[in-house]
Formats: sequence, C-alpha cells, structure tokens
Amino acid sequence: MYKSEAASWFRIYEMFQFQSFHMYGIIGSALFLGVLGVWLIKKNNVKSFYGEPIKFTPKDKSFSRYMYGGIIFGLGWALAGSCPGPIYTLIGAGYVSILLVLVGALGGTFVYGLIRKKLPH
Amino acid sequence: MSSLHLKKKTSMNWIFEPWPWYVAGPLIALIMFLLLFVDKQFGMSSNLRTMCTIGGAGKKADFFAFDWKSQRWNLVVVLGAIIGGFLGAHVLTNDPSVAINPDTIATLEGLGFENAGATYLPEQLFGLEAFSSIKSLLILLGGGLLIGFGSRYAGGCTSGHAISGLSNLQLPSLIAVIGFFIGGLVMIHLLFPLIF
Repeated sequence: MYKSEAASWFRIYEMFQFQSFHMYGIIGSALFLGVLGVWLIKKNNVKSFYGEPIKFTPKDKSFSRYMYGGIIFGLGWALAGSCPGPIYTLIGAGYVSILLVLVGALGGTFVYGLIRKKLPH
Repeated sequence: MSSLHLKKKTSMNWIFEPWPWYVAGPLIALIMFLLLFVDKQFGMSSNLRTMCTIGGAGKKADFFAFDWKSQRWNLVVVLGAIIGGFLGAHVLTNDPSVAINPDTIATLEGLGFENAGATYLPEQLFGLEAFSSIKSLLILLGGGLLIGFGSRYAGGCTSGHAISGLSNLQLPSLIAVIGFFIGGLVMIHLLFPLIF
C-alpha cells in the first residue's frame, strides 16, 4: 500500500480527477485476477488449507444501503484521501495526524451502530 | 556510504522506487486469496466495528455486541498493515515524493496546496500543525467520520466491495462502488472548491 502510493492523498485526488491510470491499474489488475481466481476456485471446487470447500458469502440484496452508504464513504475517501486499509499503513509510516482520521472513523462506525435501525437498508 | 549508495543504485534500485500498479494490484489479489484459503474474507473496515466492541460499545448498541475474539485474525491484518507501512516508509524508500500528473499539481495549486506531490501527504492537512488548525482538525475528523459511517452502512469499503465483492461478481458491491465514485467525484469537483 505504501510503496504503490495507494496510501497517498495525492494519488486519490488524482484518481478522482481521472488524470492518471495508476490507481485504476492497481484496482483493475487486482480485480481481474480476483474475478479469474474466484471463478477457478468455484469451477474446480478448490479446498482451503483446512480441506474445507472455500465459502463465498453473497451480500444481502438491497439498493439503498449500498448506494447511500457508498456515497457517504466516497465523500470521506476523497476528503481524507484514505480508505480503512491505508489508515493503518500511514500510522506505521509515522504520520501522527492520521490518528485523527482513525478516531473519526471509529466515531462514524459507532454512530452507525447507534442509529442503524432508523436508516433505510 | 558511497559503496552502499552505489549498491542501491545498481542492483536493488527498483525496490526503493515507487512500485508500479502491475506489482501492487496482483499483491492485493494475493492477499485476498490467502485469506480465502484460510476461510476468511478480505475486508478492512470491519476492524473499526471490532475496535468499537473492544472499547465497550456493545453496552450502547447491540450492533457491537458480538464476540470480537472471532475477529482477532483481522486485527492481525491491521498489525501487518502497520508494520508494512513502517517498512515501506522507513526502510524501502529514499524519496517519499509522489510523481502525480502535472495537471493535478496545477489544479491543487489553484486550491492553495503548495508543492503538491513533493511529499507523500499534503503538509497543510497532515503536518503536525493539523492539531492546532481547526480547519485541518475538522477535515481529518470529518473525513474519518464519513469513512467509518459510510463503510459500515454500505457493509464494506474498497477492500470488501471493490476487491472481494466484485471478484465474486456481487451486484450489491457494484452498487456500492458506484456510490464510492459518486461520493468521491462530488467531494473533489463540487465540495473541494468550497472547502479549500
């Protein structure tokens, strides 16, 4: 994450300006291999390291939670220039101020837990 | 000193340079498959819920009342990301500047960001002054709040939906990723000129 600059605020901004292929290349190549690999696992009934069939949990069917939640997440992703994974990468890299983003994210998760029953899902 | 420098320049130079997308993308896919092979699902934002639970949030909302120990493996992934960030930044990097598009640099300068790309993160937002500037403080906390709330509402973030979910051809994940981009584009094109 750090070495590919996917944890850099500047790369996220550049991605949303459509001014570089870099981030799309990262997500696209991960996704291409992901789709191919999942298809191969299902086709060949590949077993996990424990000898069990690999389980894929389908996501619950809905529109509103994914669209509304997605938009809210996207606003934060672009503003803080970081998604949940790179927050930890940046903590390791020594950026103290990213702890503010982590505190905010924990707060946001907590607020969701408090009011989720009132939200359309 | 000079011989070490020379060595870096000749044989191992690439590892100190930024890694191209065709290295990073496959590594992300590899992480997802490693987790699948140990019966786990790749998703980073779930850790925020786990941390709330550890902090005692289960007393306030039943959403957090679950056995967090079942999610310990995911906290190990967090630890790995922290160690990876440390190694990436302090051992494997000589120059942390980010070679973004000159047009992007110009746009950011128009918004008041000086020397965009010269550092890994913008100094005016993430420098230590962030703690004394109300504006930076609010941006970082507010950005985090939106990330935490939105990812839990959507049931996942970039790793859970854009990588894991889409790899399994899940329509809900496609809706979420479209939402991520609507939110991101609105923020950068409509709200940034108001904020900065």
